[in-house]
Amino acid sequence: MATAAQRRIKSVSYAKYGYIFILPFFIVYFLFMVYPLFETFRMSLYGNGADKDSIKLGISIQHYMGFQNFRDILFKDGRNTADFFASIKNTLIIWGGNFLPQISLSLLLAVWFTDLNVKMPGKGFFKVVMYMPNIITATSVAGLFYTLLGADTSSVWYTIFHGPKSNFDQNLLLGLTSVWPARLIVMFIQIWMWFGNTMIMLMSGIQGINESLFEAAEIDGANAHQTFWRITFPLLKTIMVYTLLTSMIGGLQMFDIPYMLNGGTIIPSIKTVACFIYEKATGTKAAKAYGWAGAASVIMFFITAILGALVFYVQRDKDAIEKKRKRKEAMKEAKRRARGGGFSI
Amino acid sequence: MSRRVTYETDKGGYQTKLLIKSILIYIVLVLLTIVCLAPLWLMFVQASLSNKESSHFHILPSTHFFENFKTLLNDPNYTSLYKPWRGLFNSFFVAASCAALVVFFAGLTAYGLVVYDFKLKGPAFVFIIAVMMIPTQVTTVGFLSMIAKFKLVDSFIPLIVPSIAPPAIVFFMRQYMLSSFPLDIIEAARIDGSNEFRTFLTISIPMMKPAFAVQAIFAFIQKWNDYYTQNLVLVSSKKWTLPMMVRNVSAVRNSIDHGAVNFAIFFSIIPVALVYIFLSKFIIGGVAAGGVKE
Repeated sequence: MATAAQRRIKSVSYAKYGYIFILPFFIVYFLFMVYPLFETFRMSLYGNGADKDSIKLGISIQHYMGFQNFRDILFKDGRNTADFFASIKNTLIIWGGNFLPQISLSLLLAVWFTDLNVKMPGKGFFKVVMYMPNIITATSVAGLFYTLLGADTSSVWYTIFHGPKSNFDQNLLLGLTSVWPARLIVMFIQIWMWFGNTMIMLMSGIQGINESLFEAAEIDGANAHQTFWRITFPLLKTIMVYTLLTSMIGGLQMFDIPYMLNGGTIIPSIKTVACFIYEKATGTKAAKAYGWAGAASVIMFFITAILGALVFYVQRDKDAIEKKRKRKEAMKEAKRRARGGGFSI
Repeated sequence: MSRRVTYETDKGGYQTKLLIKSILIYIVLVLLTIVCLAPLWLMFVQASLSNKESSHFHILPSTHFFENFKTLLNDPNYTSLYKPWRGLFNSFFVAASCAALVVFFAGLTAYGLVVYDFKLKGPAFVFIIAVMMIPTQVTTVGFLSMIAKFKLVDSFIPLIVPSIAPPAIVFFMRQYMLSSFPLDIIEAARIDGSNEFRTFLTISIPMMKPAFAVQAIFAFIQKWNDYYTQNLVLVSSKKWTLPMMVRNVSAVRNSIDHGAVNFAIFFSIIPVALVYIFLSKFIIGGVAAGGVKE
């Protein structure tokens, strides 16, 4: 450990290297993240289009609109209001339907994998296999599901119905493009992709719990059920809240699977917020709506910011309590020493 | 008086219970393994079916694997949409340069934050933490306007250069350095006359190899799969990456040869799958260390 004096000397002579070393990061970050972010905020206050008609109507991207865009997507009754709210609704439904089963499954697996009583050869293999879906290119996964369940020529329908699906019923309950099947497939793919990741995170959480607690529980005759609900679950709460919040932030970004599931034509029932922004920001000239895309981005930014702040609140809380406890202990220790009494063991 | 239950008398029951539990757990795990591998297996099976065969669902592969590949390479219907070698090269180029930049500059930034004391160190770190979770999607509109303004549309620069500034990975590297990088060694290097950059390059990087390797692998996979940004920036067919080409052939699926399309889908995951097969140990370790949630 460097003493205070040493540290001061170091800071005098080497401080400039600190700035030099972190400079590239900040230059690039401001250029490629902060500037676009401010540009997005600015554009959310300006008109929608870059085409001639928009310019003629005075809603070009040079035209200041105040908070009109926010009013358009949030309050004004119209197609785009419905569109934005539908995308929020879709995001929430798909996220919820993916998160609850995912965390339950991951938790169960994490408990099994960390249970020392159960001998489990091949543990490493199972972990590797279960994490694998996470790294597979989402566009290809969506492409596969499109092949299997997609349009009329889908092989699964052909095999089941001995002919193209259109021979039977276009609005069949199981059609890929109808409301719930599409959502369920996206939920399934999301669970499939992320449960391994969540499982490994929860496992490292469980391994962080003091082993003597489990031992004590076993000696006291607690069964697996009791051990889980009285020890593992309460002590995992922080990491579970962290998982919940980061998963929500991830859910807001859900794009590849919903976008690609139908070969690049977004199915309305799975159009997420990210898809909404993408569609408005990159559509054809007439469909382009930079203002609305910007406004939606700003709303999404604030939602993320709130969730992110909660993540740090959860994390910080734990550390602060730990520090407080340590400080108290140290003070007690100091007092005891000051009294000249006992000795530390 | 009831029979006393001792360890000796109960041992058998306990053992049987554990055995039953283990068997049940194994059944679930095997089922999950099948679910995890099934989509990949089906991708492979689909890639080996001829156009005619692919109208029916198959569980076992057929024999048209290379035939499909040939169609994809030579048939003018596809050569305008899916160029396997071009896509492979572009994807690899983008992902590999990103991975290199991510680890080098995240390492450099973290090193700067850990080793030196300077006035703005605290604020710089707080800033990095604060922006860690901003999703790229919220900057889409401004990003598009920026690349148009700077004439960077259809260039690899907006895909690669931002890798110099990955906040989450800087955070991870910093935690790693704080926990396992002895600062005394830097003092020793200074006394021996090494300048600061040389110390970073020749002492810090070799010592940080495990963390660098994990983060490089993750950056590579993440950038390979980053269809969203690639699709925003790249326009001309020369620069398309594999995920973009998969989108192209998926969109026209109904009018053309299914076998070739399915092969295209399979082809584009081979590189990441190989990376994973060979480096999965690092990857699992990295996830457990908790530095990689997107």
